[in-house]
Amino acid sequence: MTTFTEQTRERAREIIARYPADRSRSALLPLLHLVQSEEGYVSPAGVEFCADVLGLNKAQVGAVATFYTMYKRRPTGDYLVSVCTNTMCNVLGGQEVYDTLAEHLGVGHDETTADGKVTLEHAECLAACDYGPVMTVNYDFFDGVDPQAALGVVEELRSGGRPMPTRGARLCTLKEMAVQLAGFADEREGAVADGGPGEPTLRGLRLAEQHGISVPGYDPNTPIRSKAEADAAAARAKAAEQAKPAPATTANGSTAPDVKAPDAKSPEVRAAETRQPDARTAVPDAPGTRIPADPTPPTPRDAREAEAAGVAANAPAGDGKPAGDEAGAQERSLKEAQK
Amino acid sequence: MTTPRPDTLAKLTPVLTKRWLSPDAWRIGTYERLDGYAALRKALKAHPDDLIQLVKDSGLRGRGGAGFPTGLKWGFIPQGDGKPHYLVVNADEGEPGTCKDLPLMTHDPHSLVEGVIIGSYAIRASRAYIYIRGEAVHAARRLRNAVQEAYAKGYLGKNILGSGFDLELVVHSGAGAYICGEETALLDSLEGFRGQPRLRPPFPATHGLYASPTVVNNVGTIASVPYIVLGGADWWKSMGTEKSAGPMIYSLSGRIADPGQYECTMGVTLRELLELAGGMQPGHNLRFWTPGGSSTPLLTAEHLDVPLDFEGVAAAGSILGTTATQIFSDQDCPVYATYRWLEFYHHESCGKCTPCREGNYWMVRVYRRILAGQGTHEDLDTLLDTCDNILGRSFCGLGDGATSSVTSSLKYFKQDYLDYIEGRTAPKLSDKQLVGAH
Repeated sequence: MTTFTEQTRERAREIIARYPADRSRSALLPLLHLVQSEEGYVSPAGVEFCADVLGLNKAQVGAVATFYTMYKRRPTGDYLVSVCTNTMCNVLGGQEVYDTLAEHLGVGHDETTADGKVTLEHAECLAACDYGPVMTVNYDFFDGVDPQAALGVVEELRSGGRPMPTRGARLCTLKEMAVQLAGFADEREGAVADGGPGEPTLRGLRLAEQHGISVPGYDPNTPIRSKAEADAAAARAKAAEQAKPAPATTANGSTAPDVKAPDAKSPEVRAAETRQPDARTAVPDAPGTRIPADPTPPTPRDAREAEAAGVAANAPAGDGKPAGDEAGAQERSLKEAQK
Repeated sequence: MTTPRPDTLAKLTPVLTKRWLSPDAWRIGTYERLDGYAALRKALKAHPDDLIQLVKDSGLRGRGGAGFPTGLKWGFIPQGDGKPHYLVVNADEGEPGTCKDLPLMTHDPHSLVEGVIIGSYAIRASRAYIYIRGEAVHAARRLRNAVQEAYAKGYLGKNILGSGFDLELVVHSGAGAYICGEETALLDSLEGFRGQPRLRPPFPATHGLYASPTVVNNVGTIASVPYIVLGGADWWKSMGTEKSAGPMIYSLSGRIADPGQYECTMGVTLRELLELAGGMQPGHNLRFWTPGGSSTPLLTAEHLDVPLDFEGVAAAGSILGTTATQIFSDQDCPVYATYRWLEFYHHESCGKCTPCREGNYWMVRVYRRILAGQGTHEDLDTLLDTCDNILGRSFCGLGDGATSSVTSSLKYFKQDYLDYIEGRTAPKLSDKQLVGAH
């Protein structure tokens, strides 16, 4: 049973102090990074430590620790080598890099070499596609690697060296990195200054610089209009709009607030109307009211046709984010919350 | 390499990226010499409502993929409700292909910090969080350093620049979960739970972090704010298109001569971007590309002239997303590319809802079968049917996004699938990996 050092306990107190007093559970993710900084992985003792300091039970902490891939469940090496094998790096040669390293080191995904130096993993997109194929060592980047370059890096690591990442700071051990992940500054002299931008990062800028391109009309002293002025301007614009014989209909996807006029109905009545559109009189939705079943379920093919329209109207966001919130829905939710 | 034509060069609009050329811009001294914190001083003299109005007037839309109008989002925060308000920056960049926020936070972290202070002042938040992807360690290093410097200079903390406005800002590292880029999953994660999306409504604007009114904005969105405060809404709208105002960082990767970050006016086309990036690599011809990361339906060489703004890409049947333009050539296989993306969605599905958890699991297996030369014609119907059951039926956008490349690759490249199934293309995967019968 590990006993955590006084330094770790002191750091735990600092982490908890970052969050509102009654919201200490927010400190859980940094605390899990912290216990990893001492043990190299989240051990049962680490789970217990987090549970103790936050007043949670071990099951609550364990459920969180097992959800996130950066919390390791077995002891790790000094260096975590992550090779991106997501689509872009994959087709540019990342899979070959990973396969070569796995064969050379004799370990598979999430496994550590016998000398305890290197843990290998294949990673999903590391957000450096313009440098692909990439790999990271303790999350600092080695860009544009091929199998030979990657072998060179791991060999140097295993013989005690610390190759300099292409971008990012000089290497530290995975445990030292976990301290930073827990939210503490990198105290090493010069580490924050390491790692200038690479060429791909600057390409668009260099082109603009070479050809003397900048955005015209930039005046940092442009005054900020007061809301009253803006409202007056909007009212004038609206008056001008109304003066036109046939006002243009609002096109889809307008950035202007496309919010329906607020109605005075209670949310319960509105919900009932939505659920029972045929009812002559809208009645408040009673608890337990069943939603009438549609007698004809849509066939898959119909659904596919609807999909094209659906995607446009309710676009799934690029970043795995929810569908774009329909402005009206959010407005209504707000109104209801305020009642 | 041929020089791009002047008309194409004129599409470049270096605004958010401009300071990257100054190697020390991440230090507060250099940042201040380059207009840094001037916007904050200006903003603190204005009424918060005027700032919200300014952002509304600018037409700024979310840079994280959904393109929601930022000023509108800020305006949803109920004022005078007696509850604490929060500003949370979504810096959990992880959408395959996307690589615009990491360089911004690494090379110009103070612009984000300054945007956070202005945004918090506008929505009357006294606590803000930057939820940064765990793996983004160097960006986090620079960001933590920037926050420390800002505290030391009195830009953060109590009574900022004598205005009476207080703000605490914490940089919070995630731990490796793509789903935490979904805003409600991010909030759960920030509260110390598994990162799983919440049912909406209620929306974060009223019940966000700690069930209080919360604005969640992407890094690029918040970093745009200081420029809008300084240059004004009209200047901002001088870039981009009518409904997609401003500059956008286009991240080009793949089979092109000069991959990298190109900040251009919104509505630039891929043809123009390719011209800026030196064209395709020798021996490669454009075959398919994503306009905004792997969650956006694939486009093809037919779509070279689609304006890359929110409306233009939607009209072409895809989504602008994060403007992560991944470019693939005739030497890349759309079936394999889709398979690899599906492996990603399968791995990253949080498991909360059945369509996404099960659908992606099984689709990966169907793809393995096809790529191992064991696929059947019915498999293609199975894939489409599975997508029907995921799209719109998943709890959040992750499931929806997973279907994008499947349906779009089947739409444009069905022959590639048939070639595997009918034995004209050599299997790309070994059938030893296959488990179970079909």
